[in-house]
Amino acid sequence: MESILVTTEPFDPHAESAALHARNPAVGAVVDFIGWMRDFNEGDPVTAMTLEHYPGMTEKALQRIVAEAESRWDLLGVRIVHRVGELKPSEPIVLVAVASAHRGDAFRACEFLIDYLKTRAPFWKKETTRDGERWVQARHSDRAAEARWKEEISKDTSQD
Amino acid sequence: MNIQLRYFASLREAVGRDSETLEWEPDASPSAADVIERLRARGGRWAEAFAADNPLMCAINQEMCDPGQRLKEGDELALFPPVTGG
Repeated sequence: MESILVTTEPFDPHAESAALHARNPAVGAVVDFIGWMRDFNEGDPVTAMTLEHYPGMTEKALQRIVAEAESRWDLLGVRIVHRVGELKPSEPIVLVAVASAHRGDAFRACEFLIDYLKTRAPFWKKETTRDGERWVQARHSDRAAEARWKEEISKDTSQD
Repeated sequence: MNIQLRYFASLREAVGRDSETLEWEPDASPSAADVIERLRARGGRWAEAFAADNPLMCAINQEMCDPGQRLKEGDELALFPPVTGG
């Protein structure tokens, strides 16, 4: 199974995750992060969302962060699915599923992957509110999450 | 030399196009920041879109880059606002 999928079609995150361990009895832990579309943001009801991306670069950026996670932790499988195009509230936007023999590597790799995806993969959200459409602004907390990993990675490297 | 430019999201809307080919003096190797400076100098909506306080990211040939990174003939330079996926 290709580990990365960018799709305009709705998807079932639970089926995607189940497929990660279905054919591999060595898997002892799967950690899923599922990002859902909220009907509320920045104090306003949101009725729809459009996700734009940079075809080609998106897949490359995701492959690179998956390769980085695979080099840092013992993983038995990774599946990333990301919606683009039109979305409605309560639909899944993104799945990051990570399989490993034990939970520690799966938990840490999953968090690393979503933190990096949020700051390095070329996706942009535009939401529809009562007052029309608006682009979602990047969050400082997402940058901070990525920065924490960088610090941790450089600490690990200097100890090696 | 020619540089392929791509614009995305709010920046694409602000400049009113999604791509263009930019001609540059032959034998030069401008940085991404040099290109941005030239686009800003077009004035009007371009000056606004590339205002210094507007956060911007860039990628050369589909890899994130620093503004100081240099371009060569035929490179694709993409300019866009900070990403908001996930």
